[in-house]
Amino acid sequence: MHEQSISQMLDALDRKEYSCEELITHHVDRIHQLDEQLNTFITHTAEQAVTRARVLDTARAKGEAPPLAGIPIAHKDIFCTEGVKTSAGSHMLDNFTSPYDATVVEKLQAVGAISLGKTNMDEFAMGSSNENSYYGAVKNPWSETAVPGGSSGGSAAAVAARLCAAATGTDTGGSIRQPASMCGITGLKPTYGRVSRWGMIAYASSLDQAGTLTRSAEDAAILLNVMAGYDPKDSTSLFMDVPDYTQALNKPIDGLRIGVCQEYFGQGLDPDIESGIQLALKMFESAGAVISDVTIPASQHAIPAYYVIAPAEASANLSRYDGVRFGYRCESPADLADLYQRSRNEGFGTEVKQRIMVGSFALSAGYYDAYYRKAQQIRRLIKDDFLAAFKKVDLIIGPTTPTPAFKIGEKSEDQISMYLQDIYTITSNLAGLPAGSFPVGFSQGLPFGVQIIGNYLDEARILNLAHRLQLETDWHKMSPEEFS
Amino acid sequence: MPRADWEVVIGLEIHVQLLTQSKIFSGASTRFGADPNTQACAIDLGLPGVLPVVNEEVYKRAVTFGLGVGANINTRSVFDRKNYFYPDLPKGYQITQLSDPIVEGGEVEIPLADATKIIRITRAHLEEDAGKSLHEDFHGQTGIDLNRAGIPLLEIVSEPDMRSSAEAVAYAKYIHQLVTYLKVSDGEMSQGSLRCDANVSIRQFGDNELGTRTETKNVNSFRFLERAIEYEIERQIGVLESGGTVNQQTLLFDPDRGETRPMRSKETSRDYRYFPEPDLLPVEIDQAFIEAIRQNMPELAPQKARRFAEEYQLSDEDARSLSADSHLADYYEKVVGVGKDSKLAANWVRVELLGQLNRKNIDISETPVDAKELGYLIARIKDGSISGKIAKTVFEALWEGEAESAESFIEANGLVQVSDSSELQPLIDSIIQNNPKQVEQFKAGKTKLMDFFVGQVMKETQGKANPKQVNELLNKKLG
Repeated sequence: MHEQSISQMLDALDRKEYSCEELITHHVDRIHQLDEQLNTFITHTAEQAVTRARVLDTARAKGEAPPLAGIPIAHKDIFCTEGVKTSAGSHMLDNFTSPYDATVVEKLQAVGAISLGKTNMDEFAMGSSNENSYYGAVKNPWSETAVPGGSSGGSAAAVAARLCAAATGTDTGGSIRQPASMCGITGLKPTYGRVSRWGMIAYASSLDQAGTLTRSAEDAAILLNVMAGYDPKDSTSLFMDVPDYTQALNKPIDGLRIGVCQEYFGQGLDPDIESGIQLALKMFESAGAVISDVTIPASQHAIPAYYVIAPAEASANLSRYDGVRFGYRCESPADLADLYQRSRNEGFGTEVKQRIMVGSFALSAGYYDAYYRKAQQIRRLIKDDFLAAFKKVDLIIGPTTPTPAFKIGEKSEDQISMYLQDIYTITSNLAGLPAGSFPVGFSQGLPFGVQIIGNYLDEARILNLAHRLQLETDWHKMSPEEFS
Repeated sequence: MPRADWEVVIGLEIHVQLLTQSKIFSGASTRFGADPNTQACAIDLGLPGVLPVVNEEVYKRAVTFGLGVGANINTRSVFDRKNYFYPDLPKGYQITQLSDPIVEGGEVEIPLADATKIIRITRAHLEEDAGKSLHEDFHGQTGIDLNRAGIPLLEIVSEPDMRSSAEAVAYAKYIHQLVTYLKVSDGEMSQGSLRCDANVSIRQFGDNELGTRTETKNVNSFRFLERAIEYEIERQIGVLESGGTVNQQTLLFDPDRGETRPMRSKETSRDYRYFPEPDLLPVEIDQAFIEAIRQNMPELAPQKARRFAEEYQLSDEDARSLSADSHLADYYEKVVGVGKDSKLAANWVRVELLGQLNRKNIDISETPVDAKELGYLIARIKDGSISGKIAKTVFEALWEGEAESAESFIEANGLVQVSDSSELQPLIDSIIQNNPKQVEQFKAGKTKLMDFFVGQVMKETQGKANPKQVNELLNKKLG
């Protein structure tokens, strides 16, 4: 049953092929057997999950089951969950139990989805390999020596290993799409503001966006239907109607205008990935789509702009972890300064401390104009470039990552090459655009995805094209041998 | 160099707590005096994952203030993060407005001893208050109370237009009066609803450059403000005259010692690393919102004083004094409404009521004498049914809470003035009959004896006779 998609599971539950309890127990057992080697979960909530499944079975018997009753999911450990440890992958929050639920958690719970636990991640979502976790690296289900990508590496690996049907993730610079690509699954980052950030631990507030890690575009549509929408608790959430994303999945793509982003096919792109993308484009073309070239010239400045804005916001967002009210506090502080310095020095990992320092520097008097203000200007240019491109095309296509998953430890000493992992994904965060990654092939035995970027609030069109791809190919159905 | 050679330059930053039910970015209550940390929710505590949402009431209050000082209302204003670490600042940054405040410009005309002066307002911006550190009762540790964290503030920044502590106090009092009048704030200084930071510098007259300033923070009474500024002026003159230089620093005023001292032992210039708050979108206020507030602007003290002088025929002094406080002005107008004699009402409110209130140090909002009751007394004085003297007796009874109402007290104690001539006439006749000697002397020209006859009538009637009536009747009889 773990190979089934969400809609297949819902059908089976409806036809009483199995109960919620059986479905949940099956996945809980898989986690027990298989997760020790992968390390995808920080916290298991098996017991609560089974209890909840029983309640939903009773409801189903009375015909009162909510629409996603019994679907086994997992939440990235960046989403606050009431009464359950919420660590953000950090020693700093190892002792933190949230007193409230994130809006995303609350909404998924309300429709009957059952969380099996909290997934591993790069500390405070800072990383592209999941090696920056206080709880240890996550392994890629396709190769134990490879990283799953990051920062939502735990969620991506858990879905790829069929430990849960779907998982939530967050994407600040590529943290859903890059691990989705590397684990051979579907990852969707919606438009900034489409999904509420309430209860999602902040890394870089103007870039952070919650999204989905699933087996298929159809499953992504099912989850996004639940997660999307205005939330009065998040002032940056969009006050816009939410369409039924499953409705648009089967629309014909005849006449759809697809742009190929020239900047995404340069030096450093793995040739297998390049040819995989080209094959997908041919397939779209033969289905009636019109392919043309587009250009986003300002994207060449995206990485430096991102690595100013994100750390700047992070430097303030992470100030609340000071050892005073919650979280890690150092042993017997001598005075206030000592309390602050040691709590933060001992509670945060290296990458987090580095970004806090970079961000503080970028905001300092005398440097603000040269760094933060300039980065915001680049951000506007990127947005303008995209808006110009979307006058000519409906969707933009490129690779998600330059290479398939790399080896654990391979890039941890080489920060620049690690940062370059995000070269194709960061632009849509800076512009606030929706984008997804969908499996289209393998290179050196490891999966990779195609990235589809849409105009603002055009998630439905992205999923429409991806669904078409998934109707015609089986890449998204492949699972690593050990976990199938 | 004598003090007269030094020119004092003062600018004030006044933090006004906005009158709202809930905090600026959360739904927690703003009620004063609750137990520590009972009015701090997840947002105020800065828990992981929480987000601020602006309480719309604060825009109304800020715009009302802006219109009250003739300022520009910025239709687009931006919140910023001001970063610094302190235990009573839960998020490690304060949400405030730096480059695009909601209110810019404006001015106020403050009354001085023998003139008025224009003080320009630089800006007024919205921000959240921090919590409070409690240093007692924690055995060498510090307690943190976050009830104040997130209380909405409007920081009103003046230009350095004041030239003496007296001007600074007059300005601060004016702002206090204005914000309470406009119901922008309750103005309760003892509860921290209005706090002043005083920027003080001195220079020799004729200098164009400003001297180095110091900032004395968090002064919460007008008296302390005056003393703090005076102390700081003397201190700076002392430093400069002994050849030293004034350091730019942040000071605290210690009212017990009557002196200012540096807030931090080691003064380092802080870099707050401001940047736009990404959790809040820029605030867009439309013209209709501003216009709706403009339509409902209450009458301000200077306008009210002018109206009182005209409508109620009051002296300028009476009009100013009665309109200085909005509660007092409301009270006075209620008294006039019932009593129907504006001058008599002004006299009674200022002399009797304010006299008592000031002696007992009670605020007009807590007066034990209801305006309707005082109005009733004035109506009875005016129609002659009681004398002023009796009215004072009734007023005292009302003040002491011995009278349920003026009317019932007058009736129960038979205090109604006798002005019925059929009752007074026989009495007067008998007094004239019984005092022939005095009558003779009076008729011979000793008119002063009129007081004697009036006194006799009053004695017989236990003071209840209407003196005016008695005078008339006596004059008729003796004249």
